Amino acid sequence: MTVVLRVIEPGLFTTVQDLGRPNAITAGVPPGGAMDRFAHRAANLLVGNAETDATLECTLTGPHLLAKNSCLIAIAGADLEPRVNGQAVPMWTGIFLSSGDRLAFGARRLGGRAYIAVAGGIEADRWLGSASTNLMAGRGGLRGRNLKAGDEVGVAREATRPSVAGRHLPERLRPPYSDHALFAIAGPHVKRLEPDGRNQLFGAAFKVSREADRMGYRLDGPKLATSGDELLSFGLTAGVVQVPRGGQPILLMADHQTAGGYPVVAVLVSGSMPVAAQLVPGDELHFVETTLDRARQMRTSMRTALDTLR
Amino acid sequence: MPPPRSTKRPAPRVRIHPLGDTALLAELGTRLDTALNTRAIALATALKKRRDVRQAVAGYAGVTVHFDPDQTTPDALGAAIKRLAAKRPPMAEPGRLHRIPVVYEGPDLAEVATRLKLSPEKVIELHSRPIYRVFLVGFVPGWAYLGPLPEELELPRRHVPRTLVPAGSVAIAGRQSGIYPLPSPGGWHLIGRTSVKLFLPDRDPPCLFRAGDRVKFFAIPR
Repeated sequence: MTVVLRVIEPGLFTTVQDLGRPNAITAGVPPGGAMDRFAHRAANLLVGNAETDATLECTLTGPHLLAKNSCLIAIAGADLEPRVNGQAVPMWTGIFLSSGDRLAFGARRLGGRAYIAVAGGIEADRWLGSASTNLMAGRGGLRGRNLKAGDEVGVAREATRPSVAGRHLPERLRPPYSDHALFAIAGPHVKRLEPDGRNQLFGAAFKVSREADRMGYRLDGPKLATSGDELLSFGLTAGVVQVPRGGQPILLMADHQTAGGYPVVAVLVSGSMPVAAQLVPGDELHFVETTLDRARQMRTSMRTALDTLR
Repeated sequence: MPPPRSTKRPAPRVRIHPLGDTALLAELGTRLDTALNTRAIALATALKKRRDVRQAVAGYAGVTVHFDPDQTTPDALGAAIKRLAAKRPPMAEPGRLHRIPVVYEGPDLAEVATRLKLSPEKVIELHSRPIYRVFLVGFVPGWAYLGPLPEELELPRRHVPRTLVPAGSVAIAGRQSGIYPLPSPGGWHLIGRTSVKLFLPDRDPPCLFRAGDRVKFFAIPR
């Protein structure tokens, strides 16, 4: 392993993530992986990596990193005002760091999670087929925990493709992070909502509460009353909007519990997950009921955007 | 001559619900029922072999299917699921039997006994009598939903869940029993504890119990 970055300050909560461990859900292990898969993939492609390579997911405040060797990096997702040696650097762009360069971040300007990819992929512990950090088990990523000052981050291998700085994803091809309309398909138990509940679900404004992390977000807003017997537990997925007895909806995210028995009233389409991943406590959002056709169009446009980087 | 009477159970009516654009829920029923769960596990096993299916997770009485939306649609996959579910499920192999030692000294044992109008000894006897089935592994790593719990022990969940339940706590709620694999919040009634480890992070799969396994509790002294 070649050490490329030394952690001077870790930022609020920085973990190693990849595309998760979907096969572990049958053991009750959350799938994990990058919350914003689009930004994770884009950052990797900008430096010539595979989409499956590990990146650093930085939450709300970015880390301060010192380059120990020259390397090609890209930062995508939330705009946390990245700077190299004090000079602003562009997001969604491949940039070279020379040995001794310092990557730091300023104020949060848009979104909540930034992804740092390094050419060659970030070296990390693998657990159940993935380098994603699982804090509960203390496995995966950097010894199963978030980054600390003094940690050293290495690359998994020599960059296989020629490393070219300056590759860029234009703004029009990025997710509409500042538009908090989340597109969703009505869920299996939407009929359990009281008569006006469906209109509220797909009409009212909700706000991400302070109880929001990689497992999911509790949403403040109108209480959604549901009726009916307790459900038998079933498998869940990221994007599920479930409503416990108290009526406060919960949007499940990457580290969600794998099974549960609360009514599922809506499920976000995959094209809206990047926007959801960038929400932070206090952000307003609303759910927009959509169709599988529209969901396919959203997937296609995201793929087309990423294809421009291949 | 009348046609011979079929002795096989009728195939359950399957209801398909989309879960967003990359997953669906195939519901075989709404009852806590070993036969339905056996069908769900068999259906999940069959679905995992399909190229358009990324993962299939059996619940109590249904299957959550994660699929590749570039290879299929919920309608096409739903039709295939209905065909699969109509087939007679393969003979269920008896799952592995786990014998779990329990010190029945949980903080809720006395209250459970009072609410059920039973002696604590009777609660222990009733809880350790059946061979439970692992209906589903999920919720948190290594958690297994076990059942059915004897009717005499049926209680709703605690009104106020505990913020921290110690790992190894043996608990009951509704017609179910379970063991907390990791320290976590929880709303079930804690009647005992075990030293058996359910979450085994360095094994693959990382859990002791698998869906379809059988579990027998036995009381041991402190």
